Amino acid sequence: MIPITFGILTLVFSLIHMIPGDPAVQIAGEGARPEDVAAVRKALGLDQPLWTQYVHYVTHVIRGDFGNSFQTNLSVADQIKQRYPATIELAMGSMFIALLVAFPLGIISAIYRNSWIDNVARFFALIGVSMPSFWFGPLLIIAFAINHEWFPVSGREEGLKSLVLPSLTMGLALSAILTRMIRVSLADELTQLYVTTAVAKGVTRARAIFRHALKNALIPVITVLALQFGSLLTGAIITEQIFSWPGLGRLLLTSISTRDYPQVQASILVIALTYILVNFASDLLYGVVDPRIKLE
Amino acid sequence: MKRLLKNFAFTAGLLLTVVLVLVAIAAPLLAPFDPNAQDTIRRLEAPSHSHLLGLDDLGRDVLSRILWGARVSLRVGFSVVILASLVGITLGAMAGYFGGWLDTLIMRVTDILLAFPGILLAIALVAVLGPSLNNVVLALATIGWVGYARLVRGQVLKVREMEYVTAAKALGARSPRVIVLHVLPNVINPVIVMATLGLAGAILSEAALSFLGLGVQPPTPSWGAMLTSGRRYLGLANHLAIWPGVAIMLAVMGLNFLGDGLIDALDPKYRKEM
Repeated sequence: MIPITFGILTLVFSLIHMIPGDPAVQIAGEGARPEDVAAVRKALGLDQPLWTQYVHYVTHVIRGDFGNSFQTNLSVADQIKQRYPATIELAMGSMFIALLVAFPLGIISAIYRNSWIDNVARFFALIGVSMPSFWFGPLLIIAFAINHEWFPVSGREEGLKSLVLPSLTMGLALSAILTRMIRVSLADELTQLYVTTAVAKGVTRARAIFRHALKNALIPVITVLALQFGSLLTGAIITEQIFSWPGLGRLLLTSISTRDYPQVQASILVIALTYILVNFASDLLYGVVDPRIKLE
Repeated sequence: MKRLLKNFAFTAGLLLTVVLVLVAIAAPLLAPFDPNAQDTIRRLEAPSHSHLLGLDDLGRDVLSRILWGARVSLRVGFSVVILASLVGITLGAMAGYFGGWLDTLIMRVTDILLAFPGILLAIALVAVLGPSLNNVVLALATIGWVGYARLVRGQVLKVREMEYVTAAKALGARSPRVIVLHVLPNVINPVIVMATLGLAGAILSEAALSFLGLGVQPPTPSWGAMLTSGRRYLGLANHLAIWPGVAIMLAVMGLNFLGDGLIDALDPKYRKEM
């Protein structure tokens, strides 16, 4: 994990050097005075040799210092601390919705394989993976915030009510993936001999499914869940934009439009590092839920 | 081919994809209006007989813009897939065939890129390079080649041990010849499947970047950008937020169906590797 973290750090560091032409001129603006360009160059440390810039960047990031915003002159780290909880809240809400939908649908689908209910569940899963969140979100707004004023159109001010539509936007797409996963995994377990043996020994079918097969079927599902939590963090960039949700993704997009590069770099780094951390945790989870798997 | 056409997913996907390609090619003939012609007096007008899908915020015909938008989506999709697969296949084949330090180097780079969330890297690249169609292609290809490289490397590792490869080498064939003529043709099936699914992914990502204002710039018609303007008029002109999304979903669904059908038809074993 450490080499990959350094790889990510290097990638984020080099972003500013990928700006075509002179980054300082681009950031200060085409018509900027030479002294303003020089000030930007100094502020970003672009007047230093590349190696010095890199060491300076890494040591500061390790200390949690991302510099100050070009726009507000406030500490970038503070802005991120403010916005981060909103993004995590959105990801948790989406995960909750996904589980609420995927579990019953996946289980029913696996038990009644190839029935009409299974076909409906499979169709739902296909629609879910093909439907872009930036379309589904506005559709939810039209239906439940404009036509029926049940939920707010945007923002985070109304607490749990504000969380429902953004969570549905991301959660339903995720539930499509999970439904497919649970269906395949449980259907596979139901064909195993231990299930037949349990039923032959007098265990009820429901008990055989829920006490025996489901437990084993959940092993791959749990690990996929952890992986998907990481993708919810990046999905939040789009969803936060749709619902004006004051999270990290929205902060990133605002900083991009104002060319606030310290803020852009820090937001990208924090989202990417969280993503890696979650993926790493999911690797560890493999070993916990299935002791046969040992990490090297 | 008969076996392929019996597969429902493949047939449905092929049908939707053929329609998408035909629409993109024939957009100038099919579009009832110039996609950039403005009729500001009738802006935001709801669907009617003269404008089947209504007019947008600048009074442009939504149907014509959707039809022309198919061109942008497919152009980005194909460019990304071609670029990403060329780079990915070349590097993956080299890593798998030669092994050693080259393999280690290429695989460590793919590790880093895979650890980085794809769309975030694309946003980051477009943010520094500037929003444009070409930069979207470049950004998406930069994240896209990794998948091909990993896939091809894995396949080449298996194929390079085959007897026909040893025979070719024993007959004096040089490495590039062995790779191109003997190794690659035997690993190409999963690559075709990945390219089909990659096309769907590229169309979706282009739409997402355009939706965020980082993709295709106005007045070029793009489905994602159309949804952005549609979002501003929710409740006032809902048709702007509905129809471009339907187009994206049908295109992506068609290609996903096609890819799914191809997996079953070309290489069922590959389903596990995906």
